[in-house]
Amino acid sequence: MDNFQNSVGLVEVQSLTFAEPPDTLALASGKSLGPITIAYETYGTLNRDRSNAILMTHAFSGDAHAAAYHNESDKHPGWWDSMIGPGKAFDTDQYFVICTNVLGGCAGSTGPSSINPETGKPYALDFPMVTIVDMVECQRHVVDHLGIDKLLCVTGGSMGGMQTLQWVASYPDRIHAAIPIATALKHSPQQIALDEVGRQAVMADAEWDRGNYYGKGLPRKGLALARMIGHITYMSDKSMEDKFSRNLKDKDLSFSFIEDFEVEGYLRYRGDSFVKRFDANSYLYITKAMDYFDLSGDLLFPHGGTVDIRFLVIAFGSDWLYPAYQSREIVHLLKTRGVEATYCEIKSTYGHDAFLLEIEEETHLIKHFLDKTVQLVQKGK
Amino acid sequence: MRLDHEIIVGLIRPGSRVLDLGCGDGTLHALLEKNNKTRGQGVELSETCVYHCVEKGVSVFHSNIENGLQGYPDQSFDYVILNQSLQEVKNIGLVLNESLRVGAKAIVGIPNFAYWDARFRLLFSGKAPVTPSLPYNWSDTPNVRFMSLMDFKIFCREHEIEIEKTLPLGVHHRISFWPNLFAQNGLFLLKSIHS
Repeated sequence: MDNFQNSVGLVEVQSLTFAEPPDTLALASGKSLGPITIAYETYGTLNRDRSNAILMTHAFSGDAHAAAYHNESDKHPGWWDSMIGPGKAFDTDQYFVICTNVLGGCAGSTGPSSINPETGKPYALDFPMVTIVDMVECQRHVVDHLGIDKLLCVTGGSMGGMQTLQWVASYPDRIHAAIPIATALKHSPQQIALDEVGRQAVMADAEWDRGNYYGKGLPRKGLALARMIGHITYMSDKSMEDKFSRNLKDKDLSFSFIEDFEVEGYLRYRGDSFVKRFDANSYLYITKAMDYFDLSGDLLFPHGGTVDIRFLVIAFGSDWLYPAYQSREIVHLLKTRGVEATYCEIKSTYGHDAFLLEIEEETHLIKHFLDKTVQLVQKGK
Repeated sequence: MRLDHEIIVGLIRPGSRVLDLGCGDGTLHALLEKNNKTRGQGVELSETCVYHCVEKGVSVFHSNIENGLQGYPDQSFDYVILNQSLQEVKNIGLVLNESLRVGAKAIVGIPNFAYWDARFRLLFSGKAPVTPSLPYNWSDTPNVRFMSLMDFKIFCREHEIEIEKTLPLGVHHRISFWPNLFAQNGLFLLKSIHS
């Protein structure tokens, strides 16, 4: 249990099923889906007036396991454990933190790999296209289920930032604060292009079989290749230089196409381990959901006017996948509506990965930002 | 409390909306929020200072002043403060005009380059002056504009900016006698001539 120090400790995945017959969930695409199961985890304790809840929304390949450990022999904690726990940025002694796996995902929530009740087989490509709006709608069901009227804060990085912004657009009266990190109001053509390359890599794999690989094969190579491309975009030129330089795996060049350089080995390893935990069709659906996301112009505030939400917008200097200018576009929009906000561009060499790594800076910003939010909320009562 | 802060606190009506351009570590802004119950926003270029602002509960944009002003609708604030930051800006005219577009009034605090000590140092030592209000060596100063209180008044006149109040400052008290010679800093309350 030694390695559980400074952690929430052990946690179990929970789940909520809704939109059961005769109900369904109306999706943004016009289609409907049901029943829907959403996996979630919680850390800390919900206070008596249910005012200390923070919703954590995960990035593209994340899951509900944001912090703590699943069992005694678990070597790795959740994906943002450095930020969630006693005394940490999202202090579980003070706050009740919720994290859900997104709709369309493959870690406990309903997605293309789930069983279609109509056929008794996995949905595969019969799964309807889902959007960030739909993901937030599902989170809202979980928040309702937990009896929380108003969240103290919604936060997330990358695609999590999109969900955070979507909460602002969909349920401005149900959140006090928003912390979108390393994200954008909409995907740029470059971001859509990178996603499309990833999707094409998956679909070009013969094993993908138009999505019907369940119980048969796995588009291992395609999905691994997509992930390799992804990992390049998560790093920066500098962070790759620092991490790998031109270091060789062996002493000499092989003069063949086996992996000579450490960076090649790293990407292959990342690709292979991703295939073990991620569903290829989920990859297609979720990247598409990101590409469809667009809250630019008036869409962030569809009801017009302004909102009473405090913002902390964070970007990273070397992030070229979600460049800081995209965060500044969020800030610009907030200015035009007179919304109080803090924006910080953290100097970092880690690229897009920085949001998982620049813990000290993020902790400083988030801790104080939340303190002030709590102060204001209490004053407003 | 710093003299300039004390005076600014005295100038600002309670409950105002304030944009503080170049807000540093947020000391003044936090003071205004506490004493004057103001609401608003700081803008600061230094990342370290941004952390200090957030620590004090001050909302702040990590940005330079020009970009910090951009995007606000007309008259979003009651006051725009440029305290000891205007001299670090290249396009003075643009920043002042923009400040008086987004704010009803502007409060500008500048170091006085014509302070007697600065004049003496330049005259007798032949070196660029280093004084309490201009503490930097020529080679590492963040300042890009060097003006006297008189220069600033002339500039405002030429740019149709009305100076409502001029408050020349020494270290501990206000200066009324020959301010362009004896004041280290000057605080100005400005409004647009058209407003």
